[in-house]
Amino acid sequence: MCDTTINPYLPELATVKEIIEETHNIKTFRIVLNDAEKMKNFTFESGQVGQLSIFGVGESTFVINSPPSEKDYLQFSVMRTGEVTQRLHQLNEGDQIGVRAPLGKGFPLGLLKGKDLLFIGGGIGMAPMRTLLLHTLDHRSDYGNIKVIYGARTPQDLCYGYEFDKWREGGADLVLTIDSEAAGWTERVGFVPTVLKEEKPSPDNSVAVTCGPPIMIKFVLQGLKEMGFADNQILTTLEKRMKCGIGICGRCNIGSKYVCVDGPAFTYDQLKDMLPEL
Amino acid sequence: MTECYYISQNELPAVLETVSGLMDVWVPLKTGTHKTAIEFAPFTPGCRPIFDRQSTSSPKSVLFPQSETLFKFRYLKDESDPTRQTVALTDLEEIRPALVFGLRPCDARGFLVFDKVFLDGIAKDPYYAKRREKTVLATLACKTPDSACFCSSVGSGPGDRQNSDLWIIPIDDGFVIEALTEKGREVLPRFGKPAGESQIKQAEKVQKHIDGLTVGKADLTGAGSEFTRRFTDTEFWRDQVSKCLSCGMCTFNCPTCYCFNITDDAHGLEGERLRSWDSCMFNHYTREASGHNPRPEKYERFRNRVGHKFSYFPERYDGMMACCGCGRCIRNCPVSMDIRQIVRSLKENADV
Repeated sequence: MCDTTINPYLPELATVKEIIEETHNIKTFRIVLNDAEKMKNFTFESGQVGQLSIFGVGESTFVINSPPSEKDYLQFSVMRTGEVTQRLHQLNEGDQIGVRAPLGKGFPLGLLKGKDLLFIGGGIGMAPMRTLLLHTLDHRSDYGNIKVIYGARTPQDLCYGYEFDKWREGGADLVLTIDSEAAGWTERVGFVPTVLKEEKPSPDNSVAVTCGPPIMIKFVLQGLKEMGFADNQILTTLEKRMKCGIGICGRCNIGSKYVCVDGPAFTYDQLKDMLPEL
Repeated sequence: MTECYYISQNELPAVLETVSGLMDVWVPLKTGTHKTAIEFAPFTPGCRPIFDRQSTSSPKSVLFPQSETLFKFRYLKDESDPTRQTVALTDLEEIRPALVFGLRPCDARGFLVFDKVFLDGIAKDPYYAKRREKTVLATLACKTPDSACFCSSVGSGPGDRQNSDLWIIPIDDGFVIEALTEKGREVLPRFGKPAGESQIKQAEKVQKHIDGLTVGKADLTGAGSEFTRRFTDTEFWRDQVSKCLSCGMCTFNCPTCYCFNITDDAHGLEGERLRSWDSCMFNHYTREASGHNPRPEKYERFRNRVGHKFSYFPERYDGMMACCGCGRCIRNCPVSMDIRQIVRSLKENADV
């Protein structure tokens, strides 16, 4: 299935078109491939990832968090954590980077169609779900109720605040929460798993998608099980240190599975079958 | 035996020298990096290839160099906008054809494992693919297995011709060489002259002897389910690996270990993206930017190596094991870790 004339390690050159400062340590980058033809023909599925390159520093993996319908740019949100992300945060609009995308498998849309959807996110964990949320809002009639529970430590730690109204207008029931009271905050207060319990969504004909810090995921999963969600009704995305992104370099394995090609989106029953080495 | 040539030991250096004018010729040599170490290196006139024992390191570096440039990059001033820089990338360079002369059947089997990974996945690895296409593997039937060898334990053997282009059988004073593939047939006529009847008879006798050898007593195949069952038995793994130094020697010398890292090396405005051998035995191999590490402890990393070879790889690639039984990880280990014994323990104590 592979064209040998294509070098999967060679990034496409891209230009940073827009940078959005999300939080004190998260920036969103909207990038455009320099090759206009390739940009026009670029397709991907919600949940697929890309490797962003700063030549001279290295590559790191991020989910493409714009929806597949967005043809003007590819969007990535980056938390400043290591060397590459540090340098990404120093970029200016107009700067050149490299991108290898799309990589990995997207969310299993077949499993979601016709269902009520429940998105449960924490912090930067909203990024991989944003692409799916926007995709489902693009095709609103294909889905039942769409509820989003999104939380962060403080109001300033929530990403994408500038488009919450658009999500609501698009047909999502958005429940926002922060860890503790803050001046001027009029939405919910409490940890995400607690708010999930208060919301008490029905598992009937539903699929839950969750992404966030490991501790949040742990209690969200517990909560979902208590509410009666079956293992194949829960989706999440995994992160691992990755290099090649094409199932060769051997780094991101969990047992015989590679997060880069078999994921990063997995159902909870797939996760349960994996060796416990997350 | 069809299409057999005979070349005497005395004539071989001259032939290898001629062939090295046409392609890179790699032979097992004492290169001096360590006083007893034998490694595959380019043939040079006057060099003395060593065929009577296995090379210390595997010949994998011929097809998968320890470090190689994936591409080069250069930052340039953007002519259309003087405030900006652009980047120029240069793709891979042409690769010369090569002959690896005198690898062992275990080494050839190592490349069979590599072929699965680098050629049969969702994307072909163009660097490996180009070298593989242009490389002739001339494999020496193995008359000299030692106590660390266990190729028969992993479904191969010292007479296993799989994946070789030329098959070399050592006889008195020389070698009978047979072509096994089209690539092999192309270079075969350079090696001496067609073998005579008595030489072929001698070679058949040697081959028969080699085919009769069982190298390694234990059957190490089919250990996947035992591995999975034993995965969470922390005590077992800690006990097995307590003496391991995490030096990575086993993975670097292994013909089937292919895991690599990708890094950038820049000097001023230009540089290159490199890929280099890595080792799952190292702590930082899986350590993430956040500090989280899925395999923070030594036993977890060693368990991954055993799992990858005897469970994960077969699961992913049609039952093929990522171990060729060459024994290098045992022979060269500073504390004599023995992967045979660990896999055997998995199988023997499966119900404990």
